[in-house]
Amino acid sequence: MSEEAAALQELTEQKYKYGFVSDIESEFAPKGLNEDVIRFISAKKNEPEWMLDYRLSAYRRWVNMEEPSWAKLHYPKIDFQDAYYYAAPKAKEGPHTLEDVDPELLRTYEKLGIPLHEQEVLAGVEQRRVAVDAVFDSVSVVTTFKDELAKVGVIFCPISEAVHSHPELVKKYLGSVVPDTDNFYATLNAAVFSEGSFVYIPPGVRCPMELSTYFRINAAKSGQFERTLIIADAGSYVSYLEGCTAPQRDENQLHAAVVELIAMDDAEIKYSTVQNWFPGDENGKGGIYNFVTKRADCRGKNSKVSWTQVETGSAITWKYPSCILRGENSVGEFYSIAIANNYQQADTGTKMIHLGKNTSSRIISKGISAGKAQNTYRGLVSINARADGARNFTQCDSLLIGDQCGAHTVPYIQSKNPKAILEHEATTSKISDDQLFYCLSRGIPTEEAVSLIVNGFCREVLQQLPMEFAVEAQKLVGLSLEGSVG
Amino acid sequence: MLEIKDLHVNVHGKEILKGLNLKVPPGEVHAIMGPNGAGKSTTSYTLAGRAGYEVTKGEIDFFGEDVTALAPEERAARGIFLAFQYPLEIPGVSTMNFLKTAMNSQAKIRGEKELNAAEFLRAVRAAAKELNISEDMLKRPLNVGFSGGEKKRNETLQMALLKPKLAILDEMDSGLDIDALKLVAEGVNKLRSPDRSFLVITHYQRLLDYIVPDVIHILAGGKIVLSGDKSLALQLEQNGYDAVIAKAA
Repeated sequence: MSEEAAALQELTEQKYKYGFVSDIESEFAPKGLNEDVIRFISAKKNEPEWMLDYRLSAYRRWVNMEEPSWAKLHYPKIDFQDAYYYAAPKAKEGPHTLEDVDPELLRTYEKLGIPLHEQEVLAGVEQRRVAVDAVFDSVSVVTTFKDELAKVGVIFCPISEAVHSHPELVKKYLGSVVPDTDNFYATLNAAVFSEGSFVYIPPGVRCPMELSTYFRINAAKSGQFERTLIIADAGSYVSYLEGCTAPQRDENQLHAAVVELIAMDDAEIKYSTVQNWFPGDENGKGGIYNFVTKRADCRGKNSKVSWTQVETGSAITWKYPSCILRGENSVGEFYSIAIANNYQQADTGTKMIHLGKNTSSRIISKGISAGKAQNTYRGLVSINARADGARNFTQCDSLLIGDQCGAHTVPYIQSKNPKAILEHEATTSKISDDQLFYCLSRGIPTEEAVSLIVNGFCREVLQQLPMEFAVEAQKLVGLSLEGSVG
Repeated sequence: MLEIKDLHVNVHGKEILKGLNLKVPPGEVHAIMGPNGAGKSTTSYTLAGRAGYEVTKGEIDFFGEDVTALAPEERAARGIFLAFQYPLEIPGVSTMNFLKTAMNSQAKIRGEKELNAAEFLRAVRAAAKELNISEDMLKRPLNVGFSGGEKKRNETLQMALLKPKLAILDEMDSGLDIDALKLVAEGVNKLRSPDRSFLVITHYQRLLDYIVPDVIHILAGGKIVLSGDKSLALQLEQNGYDAVIAKAA
């Protein structure tokens, strides 16, 4: 190993900065999973009968399902009975305002750099405001700007609240994109989901600010099962961001989320993720198992959904944000940066299902592997026989740092329409010693050089992020690779 | 200001430099010429501090400080600049961004204040104008799709902004046609000043028609075998390396 390589390796073995644990008294469901636990969760949320039935039916199905094993991921068998499916900070009853929130919780969000005061803005950028729903383990702590958003008819609240305040919308759309029969983890989520955000943008409304949800897993031995549902009605627009962090723990923790997006005629949803779950330590100990089902239904004509993800965390990532392009002229986009360092494993990509005429999709995937990590892009582009004029462009680039990691690309293409136009490009490259030395010789230290080169590699994707988060993501890309080149 | 004393350097366990001695006073332009395999590139990489170029004996003094053990970025911050024979491409990173990162990193190492966006922009624009470099080139990803001439002019631009005290030009003429070479040399000549020295490393004499050196050294077998004024280059051109080196020995 050259000296540069050694320096790089040292650099990527950096510590996870969100690994602290908040000392908060929590209330748990009994350990393990059975119908009683589901009834417990449902009762905690004071849910109506139909919601409990939905959960129980999913649970009964799940019991007979098997974990998928097709992904290029290796991990010990998960004991689903050895976890808590509900954990919540003990708090006063009633609606949450900032004054009600436990100061320790507020300190936690302060440490994470997440603004919960409505007058505050994210890290020094312009006076643009961001509404935040803060989810801590299994409950939402607070949702900001709710009243102001309500003035233009935008509903932004925890999903457990939406079940009560907007049951007609929840009943109509929940499970309409990702049915409770969809897959092992989605079915599990349907049975035990505890919190997540609900967004409804009424016809013709352009949501006046960025909406975001920050997920924090805190309690030990607990899983988080978030459920997010976003509906953009005809002619509306919304930009939504989710962020995630978790304490540094020796055991693996499960996170199985379901996100459903629905875009009606001429509506547009921009969904960005900065996923920074604890990735495990440099020896591969601990870290989050992240099994997520994210899907968008471009139901209306001219609708558009754009997924942008920056995946830097988790020990295991299993995640394929997808678009069903049902409406004529609908557009699906997927921009992804997946970084895997040390012993992380990522199997991520997208599915673009072209059903409607003149639908188009664009996939830009940037995978970065360092340390002993394995990074797989897995994607499907499917063109239905009736999808005349469908087009797809796919670009998969992999960057290897060091010689002990792996990058894999598994693109599936199924076209039943001879007139469809499909393009696929793929590249694999390495950060060379020459490139590094070039930077060093200009006075740029190794750490910054790697960050510079990797950010350059990811540029097309970083550009897609809302400005407020692009800076944050850029830093994160650098941090995630500290100590990585070898 | 630069003084190399009895420098021995191993690359992959093989001794390439075998007792190099060289002194370059401030403001002077020194050329190092030599046949293939004489140790020319090794000299430039060793001065810049590249990993894998192991100094087994001797030292490199720069303004009285022994920099032999310093990291490349530390040397850069002290004013040693290497213009590459083959400048590297960095996709997705604009020349502008690269320059800013480099200038600020050096300022940080020296404990100086970093430039703000406006100051930086002003400095880059002025330097680019002086060297006839278009705004477009500054925005393109560093060296990606650049012609040979553009890459070398970009090296010159970096030199202009980083303001080194010693600029090492490693085979500046390789890959350039005569027009491009003239343009690059013109840029370099604009940067000559009493407090900046140059070490021009080249195989061919033709570069020295455009960047005229004060002293020429001939490197052979890992050490300087002959030094003289610019007429030495002409002797080489006429008689070839073998004859000149044989005579010196």
